[in-house]
Amino acid sequence: MNEDVLLTMRHIEKRFPGVLALNNVDFTLRKGEIHALMGENGAGKSTLIKILTGVYQMDGGEVTIEGQPVVIHSPQDAQNSGISTVYQEITLCPNLTVAENMFIGREDSAWIRQKEYEKRADEILEKLGIPTRGVTQLGRCSLAIQQMVAIARAVDMKCKVLILDEPTSSLDDKEVNMLFKLMRDLKAEGVGIIFVTHFLEQVYEVSDRITVLRNGELVGEYPVEELPQVQLVSKMLGENLIEELPEVQTETKMIGTDQDGVSAVGEMIREEIKKNSDVFYEAESLSSNQALPFDFKIRKGEVNGFTGLLGSGRSESVRAIFGADKVTGGTVKIKGEQVKINRPIDAMKHGIGYLAEDRKRDGIIADLSVRENIILALQVMNGFFKPISRSESEAFADEYIKVLNIKTASRETPVGSLSGGNQQKVILARWLLTHPDYLILDEPTRGIDIGTKWEIQKLVLKLAEDGVSVTFISSEIEEMLRTCSRLIVMRDRHVVGELKGDDLNQAQVMKTIAGGEA
Amino acid sequence: MDTKKKFNLSLGQLTIPIIAILILVVFNLIRDPSFFSIGITQNNDGNSVLSGNLITVINGASELAILAMGMTLVTAACGGQDISVGAAAAIAGSAFVKILKSGDSISVGTVILAFLFACVVAMIFGAFNGTLVAVFKIQPMIATLILYTCGRSIAYWINGGATPTVQSSIITAIGGFIPGIPVPTPVLIVVIVAIIFKLVFHFTSLEILTQSVGINGSAARLNGINSTFIKLLSFIVLGVCVAVAGCIGVSRLGLINHETLLIDIEMDTILAVAIGGNNLGGGKFKISGSIIGAYVIQMLTITLYAMKVSSTDVKAYKAIVIILLVVIGSPVVKAKFEKLMTKLRSGKAKETVKGAE
Repeated sequence: MNEDVLLTMRHIEKRFPGVLALNNVDFTLRKGEIHALMGENGAGKSTLIKILTGVYQMDGGEVTIEGQPVVIHSPQDAQNSGISTVYQEITLCPNLTVAENMFIGREDSAWIRQKEYEKRADEILEKLGIPTRGVTQLGRCSLAIQQMVAIARAVDMKCKVLILDEPTSSLDDKEVNMLFKLMRDLKAEGVGIIFVTHFLEQVYEVSDRITVLRNGELVGEYPVEELPQVQLVSKMLGENLIEELPEVQTETKMIGTDQDGVSAVGEMIREEIKKNSDVFYEAESLSSNQALPFDFKIRKGEVNGFTGLLGSGRSESVRAIFGADKVTGGTVKIKGEQVKINRPIDAMKHGIGYLAEDRKRDGIIADLSVRENIILALQVMNGFFKPISRSESEAFADEYIKVLNIKTASRETPVGSLSGGNQQKVILARWLLTHPDYLILDEPTRGIDIGTKWEIQKLVLKLAEDGVSVTFISSEIEEMLRTCSRLIVMRDRHVVGELKGDDLNQAQVMKTIAGGEA
Repeated sequence: MDTKKKFNLSLGQLTIPIIAILILVVFNLIRDPSFFSIGITQNNDGNSVLSGNLITVINGASELAILAMGMTLVTAACGGQDISVGAAAAIAGSAFVKILKSGDSISVGTVILAFLFACVVAMIFGAFNGTLVAVFKIQPMIATLILYTCGRSIAYWINGGATPTVQSSIITAIGGFIPGIPVPTPVLIVVIVAIIFKLVFHFTSLEILTQSVGINGSAARLNGINSTFIKLLSFIVLGVCVAVAGCIGVSRLGLINHETLLIDIEMDTILAVAIGGNNLGGGKFKISGSIIGAYVIQMLTITLYAMKVSSTDVKAYKAIVIILLVVIGSPVVKAKFEKLMTKLRSGKAKETVKGAE
């Protein structure tokens, strides 16, 4: 009915064994529009997108592009219809070059010589301001660059509909702005962009319209200016859920202030720490083949964090603490006694747990069941000759599925089939089961829904109350301000500041990260 | 409501191998029911022993089944296969014979000593393969190509180029029947090896550690698993299986022929693992699947022989059946089948809902 309409999806239905993933969902995308698709994990966002990209077949409904009905049976069909996607998890080939990744599997690529497409890739990368070259092996690029190469590939395919599924979760602020500029450029050219993200602020920064899904059903479509952030959250979570979780409402209302519930708890813990100051872990000029020497200590029951832009060395530092990379120097003391931590197992034996940044690569054992994933670290610590019996492991799994509210069909479901947030909870359960004295959480809330983010933050504070030390890393500074009593700021692989007390506010953190202490 | 039960209906790993065995059984029942007749006959030593095609199948698959068990573990941990098992078995067999021939007479003690020596030799060669794979990160097939190529030469050297025969009632008993027991000894050994595997999985955490290493090595490492050790261990375990299979092979014939002992068995072994529904790329595994896989292969061979297919043609027929099995067991066909099942099931569910209304 409207000339501007680019894509419509009507009465979309999709069933999986035992679940109705999408129930009569409508979605409309106009030309030159950035349209945010919002919803909690399990709301049906990913399913809707996978139908659009030919990964899943819908069980009912119809899709039109520019008024013409289209049938999408495969990703190739989607590409031919002008639909391109950049997924949350990067799906390129790390052992090929950037140029090869940009042109691989495209009909127009078969007859182009290598030199030619490397040149073409360089042109596109330069135009988009992506700091890499066509000849570089993709695996050598940072996650952020890999993501942007994926976008460059989609952009170059002259797509009408561009789907960005959590594109910003691995980008720092500067890169996010670069991406937003690119999105606006594409929008001006008439491309319709479907933007899926968990960062609410970003939705308000670039989107024109918001469609909200909940439990596989359409909640509604709204122009962005007519839907304040608080209302968006309540639409996503459902009204009754808001009442159960009153903090969520206050949190979104007063981001960055000290008046919400959790910060009050945090404050109490901060007080507690002042009284009880036995250092649990202490490192002096610790270094690894990835991290430059740094000093670090954490007290019993303290929550601190490493912050800094992507590539600042925050992950590399905590990996050195856990022995995840090759440790090259420094002395480490635990409860005042000098120890050697060269491998993960050493750290685990000293009561340290580490939830890795890259859940898919370093966290889950996808084909193993939820139960097996939960007991894994404890099993390794128990040793080769002390297997955890089936009944014992079932009891452990059931306990943590309940405590952490893990949504899974059963404890024997392969963990790879769970949603991201629930996978993260499984890995949390794995470490909690080892009853660590010190838990390192590197981006535990990345790419997961707000409800789960909240549960994880609350869990961190609960652990601290119980005397567990926690190092918490998050790319969302508010989240760290809410949970940490001390922030170690890193820039260019060096520690450039340590903030606590009154300095713990967004402005000061930003200033330190950006390098404006003076 | 009872969603849990619905999920359990998906295809298990053992479905395909069990169906394959059943089809072979039914086929033979229709073709010639006497295929399954089991009789008791007197053998040359005057023992009453079981005989019949079925016994031939189960007995003949013994070495294959034992090797398949070890191969499953290597496959799961390393995501690759050891192609040197036949050659390594020849080495182990030669070592076994070397000790047997060292004294004047062969007592039970000598046999045990010889077997242990064969085990140690095979474990050393297993450790060699394992080191190449686990420490030097060489693709398993390339790493084991070395021993595949030179193994039978090493076996040749051990006994100075001769093919000595071993004459002993103890060896005959290992390769054939123990007096008073009607079941072939190799079959009993398969049972013992399988039980040992079962016990090892029960009393150690080997299973979950191996699977973790095979599915996601990086995550396994960050959970404190020493994946180098696990991979090396899988090759050493396979080494023991190789020694057992080699000693059975020698005992059956009463001699060591380094050129022909368990020749070409490596490919059948890998095939048994694959037919057993195990992912050759590593990860989750079921030893029982590989054992069934071994019997499928042997049953197929014997069925073809029973149908008077000439030995040159057997391989071609075998290939056809194996293509079918592997295609049916492939993820693509499995996914299609599961989809079909889901459709049928949801159709039924709808009907019952309507009925309820």
